[in-house]
Amino acid sequence: MRHHYSVKVGPAGFRIGSAWPQPIAALAQLYALYPKPIDLIPDFTVRLEPDTRLRQWIRPSVAIRGDFTLPDAVPMSLDHGLLAAELGMNLQMAMGQRNFLLLHAGSVERDGEVLIVTGESGAGKSTLCALLGETGWRFMGDEFALIEPETGLAWAFPRPVSLKNKAVDVVRAVAGEGRMGPMMAGTPKGDIRHFIPSPEALAAMDKPGKPALILFPRFGYARAARPMGRAEVFVRLTQASTNYVTLGERGFKALTRLVDETPVGAIDYPDTESALSLVEELWAARR
Amino acid sequence: MIGAHYAADSSDAFSIVPLDALTAIYHRRSGVTHVVTDPVPQIIEALAGKTLSAEDLLSALAVDHEIVIDSETLAGLNARLDELTEVGLVSPA
Repeated sequence: MRHHYSVKVGPAGFRIGSAWPQPIAALAQLYALYPKPIDLIPDFTVRLEPDTRLRQWIRPSVAIRGDFTLPDAVPMSLDHGLLAAELGMNLQMAMGQRNFLLLHAGSVERDGEVLIVTGESGAGKSTLCALLGETGWRFMGDEFALIEPETGLAWAFPRPVSLKNKAVDVVRAVAGEGRMGPMMAGTPKGDIRHFIPSPEALAAMDKPGKPALILFPRFGYARAARPMGRAEVFVRLTQASTNYVTLGERGFKALTRLVDETPVGAIDYPDTESALSLVEELWAARR
Repeated sequence: MIGAHYAADSSDAFSIVPLDALTAIYHRRSGVTHVVTDPVPQIIEALAGKTLSAEDLLSALAVDHEIVIDSETLAGLNARLDELTEVGLVSPA
């Protein structure tokens, strides 16, 4: 394709091609501190193409293509081309990644041990992991936690965090304007700005850690922590995985091992201050 | 159905992992994960690699577990066997 950009995020190399220069320029800005894929050979390719030939020029709309596509995905406005690139990268990982059990979860690391934060959309895992990454933890990712079946270790996938609506101001207040990407207003998910992980987190992206605590946060409730049974955790993590079924027995063994070896808790929180203090409390009591 | 026989794959066809009150069973032939409660793991373990009538299976289960052998228990076991047949963990023989 005419315009393209290659980048490595954790263990995955991507090549994003585009019919337009704008999404590539935005990617280059957002991923400036990220390494290139090893030998420049990508694991996954994403193509941003006009939905029809006419759409390259007239009210441009971006269709996401690649090894894996969503047949009913609606083309996006060119103004949201960066979001289209990110969705394409996520899709290729979710559908095509075979080396790791993918959990739809954020993760942060301290002293070689990893906190995995999962839960439904809107639970606040992106905001929580972004903030933890600024308060003494190493940010490992907000979208996918990668569990290596052979070792049980968690690997990082620290792509920029797409923050929505009010979360933008919360994280910007802590990390500063310089770490924020451009505002994309009125996307299907609301107003979005990306947050760039710290240079330290990016420099350590190839360093795995041992899962030490799994938390299921819930936003909008009074501050509370609850224990969870292992069977419930197992079922919820199969639902949180994009490739559990594809991995077959490797996925089963990886997930039962994770659930067996890792303490788990559910937390309810009304605000970020409560969430951060609950995380620290449960982390201290994890054994 | 009195007198019907049931079979299950041999024990190496299953990976069985207890998870507190429930048990996760990975069935290698189908690639399907089942999350089940008692007495399903016990039924699978007793029937693995064998073909048994419900009555003989009940007797086999009674060796290792505290079970009252009567018509009510047998009816319950038949109901579980029908469910397990439906999900493919057990087959009629």
